[in-house]
Amino acid sequence: MMNHSAKAKPNGLKNSLREPFQGFGLGLRPRHYNSFLAQPQAVDWLEVISENYMVQGGKPLAMLDRIRADYPIAMHGVSMSIGSVSPLDHGYLQRLKALADRIQPMWVSDHLCWTGVHGTNLHDLFPLPYTEEALRHVAARVREVQETLGRRLVLENVSSYIDYASSEMSEWAFLTALAEEADCLLLLDVNNIYVSGMNHGFDPRDFIDGVPAHRIQQIHVAGHSNLGDVIIDTHDAPVPDEVFDLYAYACRRFGPVSTMIERDDSIPPLEDLIVELDRVRAVAARHTPVWDREEAFA
Amino acid sequence: MSEQTVFASALLDPAQPCPDGLRAWNGSDPNQRFAVYRNNIVVSLIDALAATFPVCQQLVGEAFFRAMARVFVVAQPPRSQILTFYGREFPAFIDTFSPASSVPYLADVARLERLRLDAFHSADVEPLGTEDITGVLSAPPRLPGLRMDIHPSVAVLQSRFAVFSLWAAHQQADPGLARVDPLQPETVLVLRSGLEVQCIDIAEATGVFMDRLIQKETLSQAEQDAKACEPGFDLVAALTLLLRWQIITSLYPGDEHGQLD
Repeated sequence: MMNHSAKAKPNGLKNSLREPFQGFGLGLRPRHYNSFLAQPQAVDWLEVISENYMVQGGKPLAMLDRIRADYPIAMHGVSMSIGSVSPLDHGYLQRLKALADRIQPMWVSDHLCWTGVHGTNLHDLFPLPYTEEALRHVAARVREVQETLGRRLVLENVSSYIDYASSEMSEWAFLTALAEEADCLLLLDVNNIYVSGMNHGFDPRDFIDGVPAHRIQQIHVAGHSNLGDVIIDTHDAPVPDEVFDLYAYACRRFGPVSTMIERDDSIPPLEDLIVELDRVRAVAARHTPVWDREEAFA
Repeated sequence: MSEQTVFASALLDPAQPCPDGLRAWNGSDPNQRFAVYRNNIVVSLIDALAATFPVCQQLVGEAFFRAMARVFVVAQPPRSQILTFYGREFPAFIDTFSPASSVPYLADVARLERLRLDAFHSADVEPLGTEDITGVLSAPPRLPGLRMDIHPSVAVLQSRFAVFSLWAAHQQADPGLARVDPLQPETVLVLRSGLEVQCIDIAEATGVFMDRLIQKETLSQAEQDAKACEPGFDLVAALTLLLRWQIITSLYPGDEHGQLD
């Protein structure tokens, strides 16, 4: 019997801006195309890396069109560079919108980071200084993106290895202020929170306590590599216990949030990920407060 | 936020110090933390090149390939947001990379691998049905001025080296390179049939013919240029190739001067 003490909804959740709870998903990876096409899989929805499908035609788009017929899709980008000091690339945004028009995703996400300047894109996710200046800069850009896409953007916290001496606030204070200022939504990567917490010496639970529950659209869980002095966000291993513990904490705080396993490298067979996803479901079922558990897990 | 320019430039240049104004918690050295980014970027971009150019990597070995790719990554970091587009300049870079000069066919093999990836992602255009095409081809007076649209996946690679044989040998578990004479000139037709990319070994003159059609030249001009390359050029065989792989997407009949009807 679980403790039913959490009867009240978290602050503000009754005014939730989230899309309805969609259950538990996986990142769609090419090696699993055939498994998804062959038979129904115990996966509620799929997330695609937007840029892998921002091509003119061919197999990836054909596979996505077919899989889209059976699964709701979330679009997840890695190259928007919303935090860059260089101007937003409107050609990129138009191609992103064209993909969204084609796929009709549940939502469109990218990362709170920058990926390059002056026309270079290094395909890695670099953190921002958490300053008032950066906040104004990024909020204006998020509003511009949202105007182009015609929908709220969902922004994910990145893992990071350094921070800036100029930072004036915590990462979660920055995310919260940004979400309110730009009226966007958040994707919490619980693994990234854990990795950054260990690398920067904060308690990951403070992060989860500090962000607005009514704007948490999605959660990622993933694995990492602990090198001792620094923890690297590799997304190439099963979700470890410490990330499951933090996910349980997030479930207690946020209620049901659409959650997926994000595996970017060393991709195992789909059956292995579905077994792992069952553990995610079990943790969510055990730790999500009773006030919306029945609705979410019925 | 102006620190991004310094940050970005230091990422690709190990000679530059770690930028000022970075911190690491608990007495960790910011230099070491910054090195994580330096390493991640270069390794992931080299991995992307290795995925696009697997036969090149097999030809020169992983250590050589990764060392060469590292020089390219630093010299020409990606500009596109789409990672799969990265490496379009890699074959031309290989041409100028002197340590690879003992493998003179490497750049052309890279060109072939790059063309394959571009064909894989090229636009979806329905081919004309065989009946539509044979209807036009059976009206001989309209043939010389005929122009056509060729499927956007189609490309011709004409090489001084045995680029097709080298590539094909590496699709086997045992490449059996001893049987390939790399100095034999070859021409390859790259196309996408359905969702799968095909490489077809063709005669040089057929390559000239295909190239002219892609350039929207008339059928008679394409045939003339192909015959200039090889007097024995077989037009019927070349047309059969077009029909077999269904790579004609539009036909524009015209008179012998190429004027449209």
